[in-house]
Amino acid sequence: MYPHISHQKDKPILDVRDVSVRYDGRVALNNVSFHLHVGERIAVVGPNGAGKSTLFKVVSGVLQPNSGDVTISGSKPTVHSCIAYIPQRSQVDWKFPVSVADVVMMGRSAKLGPFNWPKKRDWDFVNQALETVEIGDLSKRQISQLSGGQQQRMFIARALAQEAELMLMDEPLTGLDTPAQEGLLDLLDMLRTQKVTVMVATHDLEQAAKHFDRIMLLNKKIVAFGDPENVLQTDNLLSAYGGRFRTVEGREGLLAVDDSCCDEGAHDHVH
Amino acid sequence: MFINWLVEPLQYEFMQRGMIAAVLVGIVCAVVGTYVVLRGMAFFGDALAHTILPGIAVGYLITGGARDTLFWWALGTAIIAAWGIGAISKQAEVKEDTAIGIIFAGMFALGIALISTVRSYAVDLSHFLFGDVLGVSAHSLWLIVIFGTLVILTIAAFYKEFLTLSFDPILAATLRLPVNLLNNLLLGLIAVTVAVSLQTVGVALMVAMLVTPAATAYLLTNRLPIMMALAAFFAALAGVIGLYLSYYLSIASGAAIVLTATAFFLLAFLWKRSKRN
Repeated sequence: MYPHISHQKDKPILDVRDVSVRYDGRVALNNVSFHLHVGERIAVVGPNGAGKSTLFKVVSGVLQPNSGDVTISGSKPTVHSCIAYIPQRSQVDWKFPVSVADVVMMGRSAKLGPFNWPKKRDWDFVNQALETVEIGDLSKRQISQLSGGQQQRMFIARALAQEAELMLMDEPLTGLDTPAQEGLLDLLDMLRTQKVTVMVATHDLEQAAKHFDRIMLLNKKIVAFGDPENVLQTDNLLSAYGGRFRTVEGREGLLAVDDSCCDEGAHDHVH
Repeated sequence: MFINWLVEPLQYEFMQRGMIAAVLVGIVCAVVGTYVVLRGMAFFGDALAHTILPGIAVGYLITGGARDTLFWWALGTAIIAAWGIGAISKQAEVKEDTAIGIIFAGMFALGIALISTVRSYAVDLSHFLFGDVLGVSAHSLWLIVIFGTLVILTIAAFYKEFLTLSFDPILAATLRLPVNLLNNLLLGLIAVTVAVSLQTVGVALMVAMLVTPAATAYLLTNRLPIMMALAAFFAALAGVIGLYLSYYLSIASGAAIVLTATAFFLLAFLWKRSKRN
């Protein structure tokens, strides 16, 4: 069997202590510490290059920090197979010759164990996950035939098939139209009942305030972390974004701030 | 009559062996080649094939040209070269494709230099470069059968792991699959495939057997198992048709096989184009 470790229930699902990461001497994360409880939903916001993807890679155990510790329910991330990293859509080879169900089944590769082929029970699990994210009818489609919102749903289904308890989503809302964004956020609300802890990197402060328990304002270090009202203060935002933000009056009177920097890679087209 | 035309070459034992070798090598190359195409490793495959030439050359010099032992020299060099190139790709000083380019051309030149120390080297060298499928001995054929089967069985055994790793390496890492081990295993399988194919198409044309049938299949399907099966079918068919062309038109066998495979690709490409418009 590939490693699977049982969780210590009294420990936070995620505990990050004094984590620093440097690439070629350049600081990507500086002394980051925080912890999350089971079932929490966190939005990670910050300008491009703030270290959001780096943080997710460290948390998932794919990248070793230069210093500091990460623990998942009391043990190192590298012994857990319950962390789902959902990539940015622009990082995925959509022409890869696989169906939606094939991709979701990949989430079960570890649970299946070496030399075992998926059995009916595993396909049932996959179909169930696809039903949960409301794309059960698309299971046989090649993945390039999905819309942006459906692509994100497929990856959430894959995380469910993986039996993920911590879901890290790298800018899932980027490039989606408003209805698709709202649908996805509703889906995340539903996941709350499954006790899945969710961290979402996003650019949209208004949605972050509306749909998440806590907001982490990140710019290499944690500028602020807590309730949306307390975090989204002008001085915090100025400190995280510097001069690179514009303020818009939000629908519910909330201050909405858009990282209006033009990052070509981040805004791919919707089908 | 057409039947006679088909049967006539098969009265020769070397044609029978050549036919079986071309079909088997085609199937193995195509299945492994599916991953080579999907992971964008065509240049790696080409480089690996050329890099084994010095190993073959040393074997050639030591044994005085005994063909049957050359397989082992090719296999050993290919595995060392595959993992060597794999390690070089990870260093940061020189860009990956530049580093591979330097190593592969240097090693290829070394191979030619070594072989050229033998006075009548031209014929043997051309066999190493372009293959000599009609010179496959019964012993070599057994080696092809055994190692080809080994490669196919390994690909089948690790099907879901290779699929997951190729589509999303970060998923493979978060599922705690043994990513490095699997990557090196895949490089090893490509190396064995190169050694198995040496006599059929030679080092210079090897990359065609790795990528062309798989690329043809990729144009026609968007499911991986079907892509593997179609690629194997096209490669096997190219082997058979290529050998008939070689027999009746008196052209080099390796080149005939590769040209047939290339023709299949062009047909599939044009068909796909016409369907889109």
